This record gives sequence, C-alpha cells and structure tokens, in this order.
Amino acid sequence: MSPAEVVDFEPPYLFPEYRSTVLRAPHRPLVRLPEEWFHRGPGPAFGRIPVSPDDADLTRQHKGEPLGERIILAGRVVDEDGAPVRDTLVEVWQANAAGRYADPADDHLAPLDPNFTGAGRCRTDSDGRYRFVTIKPGAYPWQNHENAWRPAHVHFSLFGPQLSGRLVTQMYFPGDPLMRLDPILNSIPDARGRQLLVASFDIASTTPGWALAYRWDIVIRGRRATPLER
Amino acid sequence: MSERPRPTPSQTVGPFFGFALPFTGDVDAVRPDGTGTLRIEGQVLDGAGEPVPDSLVEVWHASQFARCRTDVEGAFHFNLAKPAALRLLDGRVRAPHMNVTVFARGLLRHLETFLYFPDESEANSTDPVLELLEPNLRATLIARPDGQVLRFDIRLQGESETAFFAL
Repeated sequence: MSPAEVVDFEPPYLFPEYRSTVLRAPHRPLVRLPEEWFHRGPGPAFGRIPVSPDDADLTRQHKGEPLGERIILAGRVVDEDGAPVRDTLVEVWQANAAGRYADPADDHLAPLDPNFTGAGRCRTDSDGRYRFVTIKPGAYPWQNHENAWRPAHVHFSLFGPQLSGRLVTQMYFPGDPLMRLDPILNSIPDARGRQLLVASFDIASTTPGWALAYRWDIVIRGRRATPLER
Repeated sequence: MSERPRPTPSQTVGPFFGFALPFTGDVDAVRPDGTGTLRIEGQVLDGAGEPVPDSLVEVWHASQFARCRTDVEGAFHFNLAKPAALRLLDGRVRAPHMNVTVFARGLLRHLETFLYFPDESEANSTDPVLELLEPNLRATLIARPDGQVLRFDIRLQGESETAFFAL
C-alpha cells in the first residue's frame, strides 16, 4: 500500500469546509521519524482509567430507563494483521435520543434525559470483542454553516497495544441521509474510508422484543500485536 | 488471499467530550505530593494565538499516563515524574521525555509531540529526535522553568508552531 493510499483513508488536518480546522491545523508537515524507532513501541498505559462491568450498559446508569431506541452496539477490534486486539480500553460517548449531549458546553435546545448520560467504557475480550448497550443518538444542528446538522454518531476512543494505535473517531449509522452533507465525515477523501466508519445493521445480534443491534469492527494501526514467538 | 484490513480512519474528538473522558485523578501520572513530582502547566493555542478551550491533552511514558481537558483559558496541567533516558534499538539514547497527544475540536486527527526537560541540556543535545529539528523547532519541545512549575505550551499553528510528529 503506498503512503498516498493511506492518506486518502485519513482526513487531512486542514479541511476548510469544517471551519474549526482553519486556525487549528498545523501549517508545517509532520516530522517523520524512522519507523524502527517507535512504531512498534508500546502504547500508553491506560490502566488507571477506571472501568467497571456496568460501564458498558449506558441504559442502566440512572434510576429510570432512558428515552429512545435501545440498541446493542458491538464489534471486534483487530490490528492490521487481522489479529484480535485483546483487553484494550474502548471509551464511547454520544448525544441522547433528542440529539443533546449531557455536557454543559452543549446549548442545543433539545431536552436532556435525566436517565441518560451517554458515556461508557469497556475492555475488549480475548477475541478483541466489545459490546455496549445504549440508545440510538439523535442528529443535532451545529454552527459550521447554514442549516448544518451532524448525522447521528457515537464517538469512540481506543488505545491499542502500540504507540501508533491511538484512535479517536466517530461511528455512523447506515442509511443516514445527513452523512452525505457532513463535512466532518466527508473530510475523508476516499469513499471506502468513509464507509469504514459506518456500522452495519445486524439482525443476528438483536435481542428479540428488546433491542436492535449494530455491528462495527475497528482496525487499529499497527501489526504483530501478538508475537509469534519470543 | 485476502487484503490486509485498512486502519479505521480518525475523526475529531469534537467539542462535547468533557462529560465523558475526564476521570478522577486524571491529571496525576504520579502522586501529586510525591517526592520528585513535577507539575507541568501549559496552554493549547490556535493560529491566532487564542486559547483552545475544547482540547484534550494526554501525556504518557512507560507506566505513567495522565489526561487533562483544557479549561476556558486553554490551560492544562499535569503531575508527573521525569522518566529515565531511553535506549533505542540501534543503541542511541533518547533524553528523558514524555509522549504528548493532543485532541481538539477542529483536529480531524490527533497530534503527537514530545515534552523534554530543561535540566537535561546535555542529554537533550544528543537526543536523536531533537537532533532532527532546526533549533527554533527544538525549542518548542523543551519545557521551561516558571517558578515552581514547568511551562509547556502547545501551539497548533503559526510562527512558533510546536513540532508535531508522524508516528
């Protein structure tokens, strides 16, 4: 894979259609370091970040049930060799069903839900799998341009086992007509790259009579997370 | 033969992560009152020199990890311990440093840089990463003493832009 191809699957720093990039994108190109120095080095020790088993169910963090469409959001985290990334931290955060974040900085005139915070954590299992129960987030308006709306999305943060694996991104829902209009998603030049951020509806993982399910697999940069031999 | 899977692309951390990513004690990579604990203070600034109030900065090295969301002044702080020098596979020695990762609204991908210590001028002078940089860029990575703390500002863009690295 040529470096140019890799770049097309990643957003640039400067993407003027997303206005906030204009004063925040570095002007100087990133300094390249010899690969053998760092890329295979271990990543951050995230073990201090607290995770309890309850953190993976965002619908049970308060006394009552949150409003909205209950969903199961699950998938597998692998490295570039397709090997499972085990026991790695996955953090998620999102708006509620009305499109409002439980964040003091969010002034969107949509209701907060006293039964929904919208933040969760879990660690992947021995096969690299994660699973959250949550509420399908709503779309919401933002100030980027005239009549701008963010498509429904869930934010993800992952560490991965290696220095190059740190990933913060957003997952989108299939069929959302707002995706086509969203400068943040469309900052990724290659349509195949954008598609990697869209979950699949997963009828097999639904819980009949209780929750729909979406599957979203994640590929962390880096290789040989599990050495073949010592 | 199947194609190697492509890494999942990055997207911005967005402005609304402050209710989710901070955790109790997040700024303390080591005990804040411990012997040898250093307090780092800095600001994240944009290309107009304005504070970036919706940024998340992480510092880490070996077993140390800390995270700080910037405040309305774009300010962050950490308590950490200066790590040991690090020998690379090729035998060269990196001066003591912390890895620094910056996320923010408006950053579609995070930025990686390094924090070096001002009392390590000898080790800094032969550090293979610092050696790659012009002197003015090198200076952006070395914290400076400021009373009881070390000051380390992160300038995302502009004349005194911090050196950022592709990792």
